[in-house]
Amino acid sequence: MSIWIDVCDKDEIDEEDVIRFDHDGKSYAVYRSPEDSFHATDGHCTHENVHLADGLVMDDIIECPKHNGRFNYKTGQAKGAPVCVNLKTYAVKVDGGRVFIQVG
Amino acid sequence: MGDRGMVIVGAGEAGVRAAFALRERGYQGTVTLIGDEPHLPYERPPLSKAGEEAETVRAIVANERFAEAGITFLRGQRAISLDPARHALLLEAGETLSYERLLLATGAAPRQFPGIATSDRIHVLRTVEDASAIRRQMREDGRLAILGGGFIGLELAAMGRKLGTAITLFEAQPRVLMRGVPEKLALALQARHVAEGVELLCGVGIETIADGESGVAIGFADGRQIKADALVVGIGAEPNTRLAAEAGLAIDNGIAVDRHLATSDPHIFAAGDCCSFPVAAYGGRRVRLESWRNAQEQGSVAAANMLGEAAPFDAVPWFWSDQYDLTLQVAGLSDGATSTVGRTLSPEAEILFHLDADGRLLAASGLGRGGAVARDIRLAEMLIARGTCPDRAALADPSVKLKSLL
Repeated sequence: MSIWIDVCDKDEIDEEDVIRFDHDGKSYAVYRSPEDSFHATDGHCTHENVHLADGLVMDDIIECPKHNGRFNYKTGQAKGAPVCVNLKTYAVKVDGGRVFIQVG
Repeated sequence: MGDRGMVIVGAGEAGVRAAFALRERGYQGTVTLIGDEPHLPYERPPLSKAGEEAETVRAIVANERFAEAGITFLRGQRAISLDPARHALLLEAGETLSYERLLLATGAAPRQFPGIATSDRIHVLRTVEDASAIRRQMREDGRLAILGGGFIGLELAAMGRKLGTAITLFEAQPRVLMRGVPEKLALALQARHVAEGVELLCGVGIETIADGESGVAIGFADGRQIKADALVVGIGAEPNTRLAAEAGLAIDNGIAVDRHLATSDPHIFAAGDCCSFPVAAYGGRRVRLESWRNAQEQGSVAAANMLGEAAPFDAVPWFWSDQYDLTLQVAGLSDGATSTVGRTLSPEAEILFHLDADGRLLAASGLGRGGAVARDIRLAEMLIARGTCPDRAALADPSVKLKSLL
């Protein structure tokens, strides 16, 4: 069963930025795009165990802080070497100024 | 292009990336990748870092990807001579390959201490076999000596301490990381190594190294002597240029390439640790880099140019090192800097920006736990590539997003 988990106030994530969110033993990266949409992926890069929340968001792309592997955080798609495995994405909604992600 | 195919010598990061980039760009001819190690291509950075996971070799690509991409991977084969006039490469096994374009991605070989051969107790680090041999010396009751306070030496020291091995590291220079890392960050790393129990000796000259059944004895110029079960020599690497030099290609601290990574023969390219190239962001200064990302990016650009594009290689040099839970990242070349601006992200994470007399950002170095400095270093790299002269107060203020300075 899918459940919506309260992440944070929407203003806690800057535009074109990312934060780390941990819940129930799992870690996520939650993004706010330059167009003010919200997105979520697994927290760790698929290449090495590095958290993406330390990475750089540019347009639709999150770049891993370790080796600059790039993913589209809206679709999870890996954008080429050194990353070749896509990121898992999660549904996100904003309700009453709060950001929620759907897990499970 | 009509077509004897593409041949790549060297199956490290640069060679493998180039092979796949040729296919990603739609090249339909034959692609042959030659590697002199008996393994699938593997990532070298973990060899000095992995700690408990060192036994797991991380492949650069899964084996089946070669067949899927139609890349012929000749494993455990050595190219022994090159005839540029005939577009021919001779392999040790006797086979001759002809090529339309050739990429030399032959890497570098660890420098040995003069007059001292490697043995069961004296090691260098380049290959997975080297890494395994060094790891076997990292016993809880053991003592390992490390010559050289560069990245290899320091990362191995951190790995050894994690495994409970007594470590003595000596460096001829007055401090570690004299080349390319600012003093403040190097001293912070030194302090961490000492706090972790590394015996660190800087500014010491070695007189003798004696390799015997019972261990290695190192004698210093001041008369001191150190005994250890084994010694790792980490004093840099030399580019593998023999094939290119014997074929008459220009050599200048590595195989000399132009900004398109072409050698002095327009049908032969070079990429990665083996080549020296002009860096556009620094007035065309010629450098040779031994770095993972440089190898990948040059492999990719070389592939484009082997297919007739004229893509300049204009990346800003970038490298990193992991020691304990600290990561050091450096973007750019700080030579020529006249001033430094510090940015303190937290008590444990700091960035130093290096600027020239005109205020142009030349380099940025950061040290912090995990990924703490990564984003700012990446943004600094972009600022460097654009040749910007950022406001010094903004650089120093961690509440100002570097992204806003782009």
